[in-house]
Amino acid sequence: MRTIDQTTQEVLSLASKHFHVPSDSLAPDDDFFKKLGINSLQALELLSRLENHFGIELPDYEVQGVSDFRTLASRIQSRL
Amino acid sequence: MLDLSKYQSIGAALKDALDKFAGETCLIESDREREKERLTYHDFKQRAHPLANALQNAAFKASDRAAIIMTNQSKWLISAYAIFYCGGVLVPLDYKLTPEEQWQLLKHSSASVLITEYPIWRQLTASPARASTANLKIVLVTEAPPNVDLSGAQRWEDFRGTGEPAFIPRKRSDVATIVYSSGTGGRPKGCMMIHENYLEQCVPFPALYPLWPRATYLSILPTNHAIDFMLGFFYPFVSGATVVHLRTLRPEYVRAAFPKYKIAYVTLVPLVLKNLQKGLQARFEELSLWKRRLLNALVAVNKALTGSRPHVGLSRLLLKQVHEAFGGQLRAIIVGGSFTEPQVLQFFYDLGISVANAYGLTEACTGITVNDLKPFRADTVGKPLPGMEVRILNPDSEGIGEVSVRSKTVMSGYLNEPELTAETIVGGWLMTGDLGRFDSAGHLQLFGRKKNMIVTEEGKNIYPEDIESAFESLPVKEFCVFAANYIWPQRSMVGEQLLLVLHLEQGHILTDELRRDVSARNSRLLNYKRVHGIVLFDEDFPRTASLKIKRNILAERLAQKDRALAILPL
Repeated sequence: MRTIDQTTQEVLSLASKHFHVPSDSLAPDDDFFKKLGINSLQALELLSRLENHFGIELPDYEVQGVSDFRTLASRIQSRL
Repeated sequence: MLDLSKYQSIGAALKDALDKFAGETCLIESDREREKERLTYHDFKQRAHPLANALQNAAFKASDRAAIIMTNQSKWLISAYAIFYCGGVLVPLDYKLTPEEQWQLLKHSSASVLITEYPIWRQLTASPARASTANLKIVLVTEAPPNVDLSGAQRWEDFRGTGEPAFIPRKRSDVATIVYSSGTGGRPKGCMMIHENYLEQCVPFPALYPLWPRATYLSILPTNHAIDFMLGFFYPFVSGATVVHLRTLRPEYVRAAFPKYKIAYVTLVPLVLKNLQKGLQARFEELSLWKRRLLNALVAVNKALTGSRPHVGLSRLLLKQVHEAFGGQLRAIIVGGSFTEPQVLQFFYDLGISVANAYGLTEACTGITVNDLKPFRADTVGKPLPGMEVRILNPDSEGIGEVSVRSKTVMSGYLNEPELTAETIVGGWLMTGDLGRFDSAGHLQLFGRKKNMIVTEEGKNIYPEDIESAFESLPVKEFCVFAANYIWPQRSMVGEQLLLVLHLEQGHILTDELRRDVSARNSRLLNYKRVHGIVLFDEDFPRTASLKIKRNILAERLAQKDRALAILPL
């Protein structure tokens, strides 16, 4: 079982790979819309990638209004 | 489609539709690859009547207001029908708003009933704004897990009466819905739509975009939005067609729904259409050289054959694989909610996929103009729909002026805002605030906005003054938010941005600390409400006697600055 810190790091790592940004440029409290300059559709693409990686399903309502990596990771953690 | 001229209300028309099309499928609900539900019109009635009965037993009566905050799903439409059946006024609210904004609109609308989903209710109850809303008498929550505390709400699934509910008739002139076009900050704009608005708006649709039993409409735009309420509920239901809801709106599941459910129509906002274009272009680029050449040749042939009007059958034959990816039955993609770039429209039309580019406002129900495809034009928003009178006010030397509309689809006014209503509907004409002109073929072309607002590619109307509360107590002398194009008109409907205008205290400069403060506040706003840059202004803002900012005069003064130099990016 992963710890929340591990989950958060994996979320950051996947986001950096998906959007081609250096992994050390992202921090847990970053707003991913702003930091990555992405729109809501691109955020949905990232969610699909995270679902595949963690082997979970994240209902759309669970991530409604979430815009930072830390909260996103905690929503994932609760479903692991 | 039912002959809507015979009906007085949405409820009466839907009531007949449920009987007339009883055996047809009205709703399909899918979650990822799993189909969760498939209802006939008869099933729909069986679900809705016990709810209507229970509402009546709870003293919900004609003209009472009931709000729905739900994602697109069958219970949204079932609940809406039950509300109309009881003669109630529906208040559809955006599930994407923050809980504080939702409470604000619940309060403003005076809704006595709220129907929502459990995850949304969980967030609403956690918000301190709940305390200020006393109107709510009944809260119904769908899909709540067993044994959870519902904080005073009742389970939607258990809220069922046993008797037959009484149908409460309404007149065409009665208010049917209160739809918030925007303005969740200082001044909520609740458009009071009457039954006639909807009954009349539907009339021209069958000639342009016919629906029939078993034709499928993919409902993606939120149903609280005027477009989906009409095209994803009322119009398909009075036509006996099937509405498909997806509980997961990830691009891959949306794509899969087209072939799976043989979708005939879908409405998208420009952002999603552009994304679809990008996806297709990426796939085309992966083709081998000779396949790409073949594709280009077929596209060229299709363009030549569909120059004057679409030939869907021919295009499906020529570009079989492209059309099969969309299920092979797609009649049109309707795009609305915001302005679409012509090259995006042209891309799809060249592939033989008609994109109905429409122009409308919540205040005018759904659509004012639409491209009739005779021939296809990517550079306009089409011609006025039958029944719409559209004129250009005070045109300049190029014929460009404010677009105004008179029709039976125009709202009766803004809730509790007589002054705003009088400014917006003048002598029966709705002032749209959009700038446009008619070309020689009678097509409307849009050239930007007259008012201080933006519309995002996701179809969100943003009024800058609604965002100002996020910057309250900023350590500056005064500030306000503007749409950049309001200050520096661009004659463009794209690339709209919000700007924060700061008047610093005497002797102060824009420090890194202040920038960080602005950025931090900005990041707490929903992503589409964020300001893109700062503009410094070193004079006192012009104000009225009651100290309100005279925005038009301030904008004129700001316009004297060079746009490129004045905007300091955040």
